[in-house]
Amino acid sequence: MQPTSHAFKANAHQALGNANLQKALGLMRSGFPGRRAAALARLPEFEALREQGKALKDHVLENLDFYLETFEQNVIARGGQVHWCRTPQEARETVLAICRRLDAKTVTKGKTMIAEEIALNDYLEQHGVTPVETDLGEYIIQIRKEYPSHIIAPALHLVKEQVAESFRRTHRDLDPDRTLEEAPTLVAEARAVLRQKFLAADVGITGANFCVAETGSTIIVTNEGNGDLTQTLTKAHIVLASLEKVVPTLEDLSTLLRLLARSATGQEFSTYTTLSTGPRRPEDTDGPGEFHVVFLDNGRSAMLGTEFQDMLRCIRCGACMNHCPVYATVGGHAYGWVYPGPMGAVLTPTLVGVDEAGHLPNASTFCGRCESVCPMKIPLPKMMRHWREREFERRLSAATYRYSLRLWAFVASRPPLYRAATALASRLLGWIGRPRGRFRSLPLAGGWTQGRDMPAPEGRSFMSLWAERRKTAP
Amino acid sequence: MSEAREQILGTLRRSLKRGRLDAGRRAELEARLAAHRRNLVPARAAALDHAGQVELFVRMAEEVQTTVARVASAAEVPAAVADYLSQRNLPSRLVMTPDPQLDGIPWSERPMLEIRRGRAEDADQVGVTAAFAAVAETGTLMLISGPDSPTRNNFLPDTHVVVLRRDQVMASYEEGWSRLRAAQGAGALPRTVNFITGPSRTGDIEQRLELGAHGPRRLHIVLVDDGAAS
Repeated sequence: MQPTSHAFKANAHQALGNANLQKALGLMRSGFPGRRAAALARLPEFEALREQGKALKDHVLENLDFYLETFEQNVIARGGQVHWCRTPQEARETVLAICRRLDAKTVTKGKTMIAEEIALNDYLEQHGVTPVETDLGEYIIQIRKEYPSHIIAPALHLVKEQVAESFRRTHRDLDPDRTLEEAPTLVAEARAVLRQKFLAADVGITGANFCVAETGSTIIVTNEGNGDLTQTLTKAHIVLASLEKVVPTLEDLSTLLRLLARSATGQEFSTYTTLSTGPRRPEDTDGPGEFHVVFLDNGRSAMLGTEFQDMLRCIRCGACMNHCPVYATVGGHAYGWVYPGPMGAVLTPTLVGVDEAGHLPNASTFCGRCESVCPMKIPLPKMMRHWREREFERRLSAATYRYSLRLWAFVASRPPLYRAATALASRLLGWIGRPRGRFRSLPLAGGWTQGRDMPAPEGRSFMSLWAERRKTAP
Repeated sequence: MSEAREQILGTLRRSLKRGRLDAGRRAELEARLAAHRRNLVPARAAALDHAGQVELFVRMAEEVQTTVARVASAAEVPAAVADYLSQRNLPSRLVMTPDPQLDGIPWSERPMLEIRRGRAEDADQVGVTAAFAAVAETGTLMLISGPDSPTRNNFLPDTHVVVLRRDQVMASYEEGWSRLRAAQGAGALPRTVNFITGPSRTGDIEQRLELGAHGPRRLHIVLVDDGAAS
């Protein structure tokens, strides 16, 4: 998809006026954070697990080449194949080539953010292969021709009336007078429609939450069971994974699994955790005939060793966005690409460029909640600041902004000048603002005063009071 | 694509400011892989004796809408299954995996149950399978694929009934891996390992929990208390 991250301000403005979105975001605020907190309260070891998980991912990143090669050897030993792709284009071509060789007409898909990242659906459709999303949220946004607004709840931005409208428009062979008012009927309808797709599909594509080097297994974590039907009933199972998903052993996997569901949905464990190792065995009566792992780099190998390396610890739980005041106000689509929220504000500039996505690291109140809930302790605010610095260095921000910052730096780094300037400004503003006690608008701060009044300064600055106190103190 | 492989691994090593790992470091990492060292395992289940783990398993399973019926011996399993189905007005025709773990159960004593052994198809409404193990910590079943236990039987039928022996309940996922390695040999996993914690569900419409998204709407465990099946 074409990113619209450059239009963040306009996107956010629109989002604020979207009543359905605001209702849906209200449901998120009252749901995810409370459920996560309750799950953590039941597991006294959570904080210790978090430390172990972080250390484990750091260990993997330091030795990533070794673990990737080991994983590859073991996939091959179990009869599977590994495809290495530098770019989204190489990954798309690899998937299409497998589909063509198997003469595939339709492919079912479990939820995969890598497929979103490489815009796989559009590409397959253009080349005569019909992709069918089977995660309910992904299916809803596919028939609405939208993209996900949340990495674990793709249709979070919608209310049930919008889903019902989309189902009526798409499922035209069903009775037009049927009732579709409540969630259970919508879920039942999607189940019946998609069951036929599962049975008819030629190839199944899923993502991977983890890849285990020791055994060559890929792991998906779902609640619906769609990823399992996707990979079990088809001729081939294609797994899309990014490089940093690999973990050493099954024991290491277990540690990360204990962190994932609790951080994401507040569940003790997701309903289905599935390990897939190679194609079906000769004596098996079901399972895919072929097993392919498509590794996507797309700039990740170059993130290692930079100030953004920590981002590669991300296990895509979504806790950062669930707890972000900015995300909770504007929703995921305002971010303009597939990864929204705090993790998207760091990752999107890496993947699509800071020229396109420079607004995202600025869309933060720096309250630090994202970092405090991140199971991998990723310093998201710090990395957003790195992007702001780069944006400043590359002169991508507005000229007035840069000159103001430079002026501020000049004054702030000279204490006598700073004190004199603030004393003068507070006296002047206090004098002008005395009649009302506040300012409804101020030059150069229109954006700030649009939503609130600025109180007029009363008296002297803290610095001058402090100096006086020290002089008179015994 | 091997050119892409070399380039990706090359970039990766350059970013890490080193070349290929030397033999000594590789040996260390190989040893780490082979050691299967456990990280922190929560005390919740690990600190209990086996009876306590079984109780915890039942409690955790019921918390996520799994239903559990406890029977004293394998001989009582057919009646428990028949009762469960009739109480809920579910069909008494069922598909059962050819798993030898289910062989010792006297199914013929309940002629009302119409049983087909084999792979589940779309029309099958009720499925019965065995399990490999179960994890008390989160009320999770561990099922593995094989010639006698096709994966689709865990997902296609609307109602999934699992016959579980008491001695299959263990504290943690880590114990599951140890048992699996002992049964299959280290590094030789079956095609599919399914951890199942409750019936299929979704929260994708207004974040309201709905059961039966794509997999079974009902998950019922018949827990056999006398240990070995027969």
